[in-house]
Amino acid sequence: MAYATEPPTQGFRLSQLIYDTRYRGITIQVVTLVLVIAALSWLLGNLSANLAAKGKDIDFSFLWSRAGYDIGQTLIPYTNDDNHFRAAMVGLVNTLVVALLAAFLSTVLGVLIGVLRLSKNWLVSRLMGAYVELLRNIPLVLWIVLTYAILSEAAPEPKDFKVVDGVAKQEMFLGIAAVTNRYTTMPAPTLDRPLPEIAGVPTSGLAVILVLMASFWVLSLIRRRATRVQEATGVRPGTFWPGAAVLVLPVVTLLITMGFHLDYPEFKGFNFKGGLQLSHAFTAMVISLSLYYAAVTAEVVRGGIQAISRGQSEAAFALGLRPGRTMSLVILPQALRVIIPPQISNYLSLVKDTSLGIAASYLDLRGTLGGITSNQTGRELECMLLMMGIYLSISLILSGLLNFYNASVKLKER
Amino acid sequence: MNKTLFLGTLAAAALTGAVAQAGTLEDVKARGELNCGSNTGLTGFGAPDDKGEWHGFDVDLCKAVAAAVFGDASKVKFVPLTGETRFTALASGEVDVLVRNSTWTYSRDTDLKFDFVAVNYYDGQGFMVKKDLGVSSAKELDGATVCIQTGTTTELNLADFFKANNITYTPVNVADDGEALRQFTAGACDTYTTDASGLASTRATLPDPDNYIILPEIISKEPLGPVVRHGDNAWGDVIRWTYFALLTAEEKGITKANIEEVATSTQDPEIKRILGLEGDLGKMLGLDATFAKAAIAANGNYGEIFEANIGVATPIKLARGLNALWTQGGLQYAPPFR
Amino acid sequence: MIAFVRKEMLEASPPPASQHGWQGWMRENLFSSPLNIALTFVTWIALGAFTNMAVTWLLHGVWTADSYLECQEIILAYYGPEASGPCWAVIRERWHQFIFGFYPVEEWWRPVFCFGLMMLAFVAPLFSDDVRNARRVIVPVGVLTLVLMVLASAPVAACVIGAVIFVGALAISAKPLRLLPWTGVYPFVAVWLLWGGSLAGPVMALLGLVILGMVVRLLSGRLGVPLSAGLGIVAAFVWWTMLEPQIAASLPGDLAFLAQVGSENIGGFLLAFVIGVSAISMALPLGILLALGRRSDLFIVNKLSVGFIEFVRGVPLITLLFTASLLLQYFLPPQVQFETVLRVIILVTFFSAAYIAEVIRGGLAGLPKGQQEAADALGLDYWQAQRLIILPQALKISIPGIVNVFIGLFKDTTLVSFVGLMDPLRGVTAIVRADIDWKGAYWEPYLFVAAIFFVACFGMSRYALYLEARLKTDHR
Repeated sequence: MAYATEPPTQGFRLSQLIYDTRYRGITIQVVTLVLVIAALSWLLGNLSANLAAKGKDIDFSFLWSRAGYDIGQTLIPYTNDDNHFRAAMVGLVNTLVVALLAAFLSTVLGVLIGVLRLSKNWLVSRLMGAYVELLRNIPLVLWIVLTYAILSEAAPEPKDFKVVDGVAKQEMFLGIAAVTNRYTTMPAPTLDRPLPEIAGVPTSGLAVILVLMASFWVLSLIRRRATRVQEATGVRPGTFWPGAAVLVLPVVTLLITMGFHLDYPEFKGFNFKGGLQLSHAFTAMVISLSLYYAAVTAEVVRGGIQAISRGQSEAAFALGLRPGRTMSLVILPQALRVIIPPQISNYLSLVKDTSLGIAASYLDLRGTLGGITSNQTGRELECMLLMMGIYLSISLILSGLLNFYNASVKLKER
Repeated sequence: MNKTLFLGTLAAAALTGAVAQAGTLEDVKARGELNCGSNTGLTGFGAPDDKGEWHGFDVDLCKAVAAAVFGDASKVKFVPLTGETRFTALASGEVDVLVRNSTWTYSRDTDLKFDFVAVNYYDGQGFMVKKDLGVSSAKELDGATVCIQTGTTTELNLADFFKANNITYTPVNVADDGEALRQFTAGACDTYTTDASGLASTRATLPDPDNYIILPEIISKEPLGPVVRHGDNAWGDVIRWTYFALLTAEEKGITKANIEEVATSTQDPEIKRILGLEGDLGKMLGLDATFAKAAIAANGNYGEIFEANIGVATPIKLARGLNALWTQGGLQYAPPFR
Repeated sequence: MIAFVRKEMLEASPPPASQHGWQGWMRENLFSSPLNIALTFVTWIALGAFTNMAVTWLLHGVWTADSYLECQEIILAYYGPEASGPCWAVIRERWHQFIFGFYPVEEWWRPVFCFGLMMLAFVAPLFSDDVRNARRVIVPVGVLTLVLMVLASAPVAACVIGAVIFVGALAISAKPLRLLPWTGVYPFVAVWLLWGGSLAGPVMALLGLVILGMVVRLLSGRLGVPLSAGLGIVAAFVWWTMLEPQIAASLPGDLAFLAQVGSENIGGFLLAFVIGVSAISMALPLGILLALGRRSDLFIVNKLSVGFIEFVRGVPLITLLFTASLLLQYFLPPQVQFETVLRVIILVTFFSAAYIAEVIRGGLAGLPKGQQEAADALGLDYWQAQRLIILPQALKISIPGIVNVFIGLFKDTTLVSFVGLMDPLRGVTAIVRADIDWKGAYWEPYLFVAAIFFVACFGMSRYALYLEARLKTDHR
C-alpha cells in the first residue's frame, strides 16, 4: 500500500502501536500470538492437571505390548502375539490399500459417468443423472452398510461349494474362483522361496516392484534412444521386442528363482483353504467408496467438460475428429485443468472416509489403533493423537503430491 | 448469519454445567438427578421403548439407586454409551455410575482406575451356531468364520480360546449386535460369539430358534456389574448396598407388592433394619433411613427385576443359573445388613 | 412460352416422421447410432429387471403388525413361502423416534416451530433484495408450520405468537433485509425453544453479545476492529462470568414458560439438524476470519490460519468426534463440563469452519482485484473495505458453496452414532432393533432414513444450484 502523506518526522511513540496503521499490524500479530500461546498453554496445563488428578500419564509404551486380538485381513504378517504397533501398521496398510483401489476405480468410473451424463442418449444421460443424485445425497455410511449387507445376503455360503458325492450345490467359476457370502476366493500367487524379511517387513513384493521399476526405466532409455536414432536417421528402430524382453524377462526370472506358482483354493471344513480370500469387508469398502466417489467425481468431470467452450468441440469436428476422439484428445485434456483442483480435495475426502470401515467390519487404522487397541489399553489420548498424526501426514503428503502434479499441468500464464 | 450462538451457549453451559470434584453422592444430591451410563440399546438389559422410557435389567438397578438416593426412581437420566466411550464418560464424570454389561477385569479395576462394586449378572462367553453346521463343541470350530462385536473383552477371550486349543479362525469384527445378527443369520459367519445371555436372547427372538444351538463351552468368566470411579468409596458403598438390599429382599421374600405389609407386620430384626424401622443404617451411607425400602419398592427385589426383564417368562427366557441366590445353588450372596 | 407459372405456393410438407413427434424424439435421443441403440437397450433391460425386483418386494410390504415376526407371518400367509417384503409396521410404530428422538410428544410443536422460524431466519441473508422469493418462502413455511403446530397440539398462545411472527414478517418483507435482526436473534430463540427452561439464560447471553457489539462500535473508530473486538470479548466475558450469574440469581425463577427438555432427548433428524445448523451458523464467522487470515499479509495470522485449516481438513471427522467425546474433557478445567451434544457441536463447528473458510476464500478470490483497489482509492481502511465492499460480494457468491458444505455436514452427522448419540441412521436404528418386537428389522429403517436424507439433501442441492444461477452478477 502507498501512503499519500510523508511519515511523521518525530520519534516513535508507544501510542503509535495502536493508532498508527503501520505499526498496528505488528501489534495485532503479537497480541494474536500471545493469545494463541496462552490458550495452548491453558489447554495443556488443564491436560496435565487432569491427568495427574486421574493418576494417568501420557505414555506410548503400550504400543510394544502384546495386542492379543486378531484381525480379519492382514496384508503384512500378523498374529495376536504381535504388539499393538504392528496391529496399527496392519490397520494402516488396510487403510491405504482400500484408499488406493477406491481412488483408482472411482476415477475411472467417475470419468465414464461424467461423460455419459452428457451423452446425447436421453435414457443414458438421465440414468447417469439419477445415479449421481442418488449416490451423493445419501450418507456414505449407509452405502457402506448396504453394500456389505447385499454382498453377504446375495451370494451363496461357502459350504454350498462343497462337493458331496461328486456334485456341489454351487459350481466354482472355472473351478478356481468363487464369490461366497463371506469373501471372494481365487488362486493366490505364492512363493516357495521368498526373500528374507528385513526388520519384519517382507521384501519379496518390494523386490518385484523394484525390478519392475528398473525395467520401466530401461524401457524409457530404449525409447529415448530410438527417438534419437529416428531424429538422426529418419528410421525408428523397432522397440517392441527389446522393450517386451526388458519388461518381462527380469521379473519372470526373479519370480522363478523365488519359486512362483499359483495356489488354488479348495473347500475344507467350514471355509475355503489355500488361495486368496478377499473378504467382503474389503470388497464392500472398495465398492461403496468407488461408487460414491464416482458420483462426486462425475459431477466434477461434467463441470470441467462444460467449462470448455463449445468452439473447441466444433473445431475438432471441423477437423474431422469423431466424437470419441474429440472427447479424449481435445475436450478432456483441457477439462483436466478445471477438474484437478476439486478432484484433489475429493481424493483427500476419500482417504479420510476410509475411516468408516467399521461399518462394514473392515479393520483399518481407526478400527485397530483407534478402536480395539484404544479400547483394550485405555490409552485413548495417545491413540487419538497417533491416529490424527498419521491421517494428517497422509493428507499432507497426498495433497503435496497432487498439488505438485496440478502445478505441472496448469496452463502456464504470463 | 448467526454469529452468536457459540459464545452464548458456551457461557450458558459453563454456568449450568459446573460440577465440583467433591463426593459423587453430594454432587448427585445437589444435581437432583442421577446420571447413569447405559447401553445404546441391548434387548432386556437396557433400551428405551417407543415413548423413550428406559427399561431393562441394568436400567432397573439404576432406578433402584435413584430411589435409594432421592426416594424417587424417576430421578435418573440415562446416558447411552458405546463400548468405546463408556469408560471415558465415567472417568470424566459425565456419568456417576456405569451399569452397562461391563466385565470386571484386573486391568480395568487397577490400570483404568475404576471400582466394580458388585456383580449383578454372572455371565460367560459362548458360541451360537446353526444346527445344520453339524458342530457340537466349540473345539470343532477349526477354520471357522467367527462374528464378534468389536470393542469388548470377547475379542481377547476368543483369541485366547482358539490359541489354547491350537485351532484357527477368521474374525469378522462387527460394530453392533444388530449387524452381527444379520451376518450370522445370513450365514456370513459360522458362529456368533458373545456373552451367553446375549446369545440366549438373540436366539429367542429368531423366527426359527430350533435351527440354532448354543454350544456347551463357556470360554470365559464375565462378571458384569456396576462401575464407579476409583477412590470415591462412599459413593461405591451406596451402589453396592443398594444392590445388596435388592438381593437380601429376595432372600427374605420382600417384594414390590408386599413391602408395605411386611414393613408393618415383620418381626425379623434384619428386615426391620433394612426397611429403616430400626437402627440408622441409612445415615451411615449418608442416605435416608428408608433408602433400601425405596429401592426395593421401585422395581421389586433382585429376583423380580430378573424375571421381569430377562427371566423365563420374557421372550429372552434366561434361566437364573449362576445368578440364583446362594440359598438356591447360585452365586448371588449379600453380606448381612448389620 | 412459359409453360408453367405457379399461381399458388404449395403447402410446406411436414418433416418426415423420423424427424419430429415422438418417433423423431426417440430417433434423436435414443437410437441415433448403433452405440446409442445398444446403450438404450442395455439400460432398458437393467432398469426393467431392477424395477421388477424392487416393485415386487415393495408390493409385499406390511403396514400393520405388532412385531417383526408377525410381519413375516403375514407375508408368508399372503404371498407364499418364497416371498419376502418390507415390514413397514416398524416405521409406522417408531417413525417419531427417527424424526424427534425422545423429544416428549406433547412438546413436538417446539422443534416444528423452531424449524419454521429457522426458515424465516434464512430469508434475509438469502433474499436480501428479492421480495418475490422471500414471500415465496415466508407464506408456505408459515402456513405449514402453523398447520403442523396445530396437529402437534401446540398451546394456543404459541400458535398465536407463531401467526403474529409470520404475518409480521410478511408485512415487512417488502424489504427483506429488514428481517436481518431476526436472523441475529433467532439462535437464542431456537436454543430456548428446543431446550426450554428459563428465558433469562438466552436473554442474558444475548445481552453479552450486545455489550460486545457496543464496545466494538464505540472503540473501533479509534483502536481499529481487531483490538476493539478483543476488548469487547473481554467485556462480554466479564458480563457472562461475573455480572450475569448475580443478576440471574436475583431474577424470579418463574421465567420458564417452557418445560425443560434435556439434550439426551434430542435424537433422530432433529439431532442432525441441531448439530448441522448450529455448527454451520457458528462456523460462519469463524470461517470468515480464517479465510481473511489465510489471505492476510500478516505473517503470524496467516500461518496460524493455514495451520488450523490444513489440520482440520487433514484428519477424518470421526477422529474429531472421538476427540469431542473422549478427549475434550481432558483439556478443560474439571469444573467446566459440557454435555456430549455440546462438545460434538463445538468440534463440528471447528470442522466446518475450516471448510467454510475454503469456500469463502474461493469467493474472495473470485472478486475482481478492482474492487479492493477501488476501496483503497476511496481511503477505506482494511476492515471498512472488507465490511462494506469485499465481504458482501464474496459472501454472496459463496452461498451455494456454503449450502454444499451444509449438505455434506448434514450427511456426516450420521457419524455421531460412533460416540453414542442418537443419529437417525445408526443410533435410533439400534434402539429400535433393541426392542424385542422389532429385532431383525434390518432394511426398513435404513430405507426410511435414506429416503428422508435423499429428499432433504437433493432439495438443498437443487436450491444451491438455483441460487448459484440467480446470484451470478456477471462481473466478468
